[in-house]
Amino acid sequence: MSRGNDSSQEVAMISFTVNGKQRQVDVPPEMPLLWVLRESLNLTGTKYGCGIAVCGACTVHVDGAPVRSCITPASAVAGRRVTTIEGLSERADHPVQKAWMEVDVPQCGYCQSGQIMSAAALLARKPSPTDADIDDGMSGNICRCGTYQRIRAAIHRAAAIRKGGA
Amino acid sequence: MKTLVSRREILKGGLVVGAGLTVGFSLPIRAVGQTPGVFAPNQWLRIDRDGVVTITNSVPEMGQGSLTTTPMIIADELDAKLDSVKVEQAPANPALYKNPVTGTQSYGGSRGVRDHIEMWRKAAASAREMLKQAAANEWGVPVESVDTEEGAVVHRPTGRRLQYGQLVDKAQALPVPQNPTLKTPDKFRYIGKVVKRRDTPDKVTGRSIYGVDVQVPGMLVGSIERCPVFGGKVQTFDATAAKKIKGVKDVVQVSNGVAVVADNFWTALQGRRALKVTWDEGPIAQVSSATITREYEAASKQPGQVAKNEGDAEKVLAAGGKVHEAVYQVPFLEHACMEPMNATAQVSREACVIWAPTQNPGGTQATAARLTGLPAEKVIVNTTMLGGGFGRRGEIDFIVDAVETSKAVGAPVKVMWTREDDITHGFYRPATYNVFRAALDANGMPSAWFTRIVGPGILIQKGRAQAGTIDPAAVEAVRNMPYDIPNLRIEWNNKDLGIPLGFWRSVGPSQNGFIIESFIDELAHAAGKDPFEYRRALLGKSPRHKAILELVANRANWGSPVPAGRGRGIAVVFSYGSYAATVAEVSVAPAGAVKVHRLVCGIDAGLAVNPDAVKAQMEGGAVYALTAAFYGQITIDRGRVQQSNFHDYQMLRINEMPVVDVHILDSGEAPGGLGEPGVPTVAPAVCNAIFAATGRRVRKLPIDRSELKRA
Repeated sequence: MSRGNDSSQEVAMISFTVNGKQRQVDVPPEMPLLWVLRESLNLTGTKYGCGIAVCGACTVHVDGAPVRSCITPASAVAGRRVTTIEGLSERADHPVQKAWMEVDVPQCGYCQSGQIMSAAALLARKPSPTDADIDDGMSGNICRCGTYQRIRAAIHRAAAIRKGGA
Repeated sequence: MKTLVSRREILKGGLVVGAGLTVGFSLPIRAVGQTPGVFAPNQWLRIDRDGVVTITNSVPEMGQGSLTTTPMIIADELDAKLDSVKVEQAPANPALYKNPVTGTQSYGGSRGVRDHIEMWRKAAASAREMLKQAAANEWGVPVESVDTEEGAVVHRPTGRRLQYGQLVDKAQALPVPQNPTLKTPDKFRYIGKVVKRRDTPDKVTGRSIYGVDVQVPGMLVGSIERCPVFGGKVQTFDATAAKKIKGVKDVVQVSNGVAVVADNFWTALQGRRALKVTWDEGPIAQVSSATITREYEAASKQPGQVAKNEGDAEKVLAAGGKVHEAVYQVPFLEHACMEPMNATAQVSREACVIWAPTQNPGGTQATAARLTGLPAEKVIVNTTMLGGGFGRRGEIDFIVDAVETSKAVGAPVKVMWTREDDITHGFYRPATYNVFRAALDANGMPSAWFTRIVGPGILIQKGRAQAGTIDPAAVEAVRNMPYDIPNLRIEWNNKDLGIPLGFWRSVGPSQNGFIIESFIDELAHAAGKDPFEYRRALLGKSPRHKAILELVANRANWGSPVPAGRGRGIAVVFSYGSYAATVAEVSVAPAGAVKVHRLVCGIDAGLAVNPDAVKAQMEGGAVYALTAAFYGQITIDRGRVQQSNFHDYQMLRINEMPVVDVHILDSGEAPGGLGEPGVPTVAPAVCNAIFAATGRRVRKLPIDRSELKRA
């Protein structure tokens, strides 16, 4: 369906699942998922940092895999399952969130939604990540406040929580 | 001397307050204290009949933990239960909330705790004394016989107890003590203890509201096309194509360029792409990094203004003997806050409301008042969470964007910057060129030291220091270097080619710490002495420098063997009221790649209010410094910044993160700053370690790995 009045701004209706709910948006198909989430769906937990997929602040899960939403066109998620920081858990009790709170990771916090989404995806792939696994899984996420040491500690802690260790 | 002043007197404005701390006791206009059932002895706290304590935090939360530390200090002295106090962010109102030391409602210089702690403690202690007096009156006992414990006044001899909420009405009627007795440190309940950050739960769930997340009914979103050259102006623009894009609402010229205003940010960006703007690029279009370096080099051969002159360094240096020389260079740097600059403004004829991630609510208010013609009290400033500050958010350029755009289009507008806008239109840490000469005596100790700094002055450029004087920021950490050298001459040659300058986390010491601590290391090696012992021998008049240096040397096992290929380096710098030292342990691969294995950092900030927050600031400061040491460089071509985003203005990432081991020295001295002092020692410690590992001296930042390559 197209009803744009300018060739560069053709609008399409795109349906996808966000945090378990079916959503429909009318947006230009090339509009990045980041702005669909933030401005069309009011899910502002996902952040803009660079717009070129080099900082990781915009990381969300698409069908469980970590994706940089700032370069993912809305059309690419049609019919797929998107999870944002708001939908990672219902009660802030995802092991990564619990570990983040225990270790008191965030400073300014702006990058942390992306860090947490990357960490959650890493743990889903590697339940007991080594430091090298953490380097591989988390090097796409910049933290300007420099919380990396705590991020590493919190991921190890989250792995333990996930295994049922208290 | 009158020590008690009734609140009525203060409300009438009849009280002449002295300088300093009494500011904490003036009451808000239309004081909350007049509200029945609310006890509000000053602007920093109030208690309602349910016993709910609400604390006003004036220091913006930019990651340093002010939302946690401020209530810790106030709740401790008030004897309130920290877990249950509420915290509100102060509105812009410098009369009430200004920093008592700087006199402005602008926050930088690592001043959050050190400038406020005594005032806040007095404000809370006076409230506690009033609550005690109210309970003593109620019970008919001497006030000396009552005590407080978490949210209640108690009379231990009889076991009686009244919650603060029950005392609100009686306390409200009492005079406010102006010189209350503060707790002795052994009575601290929260200060000095590890307390979890209050803002963490919202920051791990995405609920925290930053400037970019602000939504106002009817709000539009703007993006501004700016002249690529600093200081350039719009000559003409053609918005025909931009306005044809569906969702673009307006295109208006503002001070900083041409604003495209649309339904949403993505559409505003499309509009910007369709704009045609002709610029008058102005004189800075003639300036490039190569010309800057040439001008600096030339100026380095000319005498500068004398910032310090003790003994006769020139005479000793001219006398011959062993003279050591070096030139150190550092580049322009951008702050790169993770949240790009932005602000939201709603300007109407009656009022201007601003939502902004700002370090400078007072300046925001004053700027908006100037731009709108409204009186300051009609400008409401809501300080949101800041996605990083580092000094960048003390500027008001992004406030101007929002206010002018909203005023022009007649609707609330959020003006957002792209990352490219952010990197190319910053306020940069000055690039400098620094000449060193030192003479060594027969024992290898410096008998004369000469430094000539060439570069621009931030304060002078901003009109905050007089032209022709020595800019204090330019010579900080050099003029007051701690080493006891008999003949010392420090000069500064102001060379400003117009690149906009700003306060970058730790400002002067960020670069001057590097040059001083590198050059003293050169002298130690030239003398064939251990760099730690060499510094120590020169710190006889600087006991706190010496103590923190010894602490890190001890914790890092300085002098013990290192694995093959590794080196250790050390550095110590005083900045922002605190003493910091670092030992770095690095290795350098034959191809030149540097790996920092470990940083052992020490900090003497006098009193560590929240030790875990102190550690976090030191960890973060180390990363900020490592990023600058390995990657940070803004270069200029024909007045344009050549970097644009994180691909060419790179940041340290987790795979390069060393272990940072922080040690706090509790000296019992007055509190020092924490946001910045973790930065200055790291680059010199790392470069000194590189020298120890390779024999190659890094005299120019960022570190050029190709120069460390060994065939």
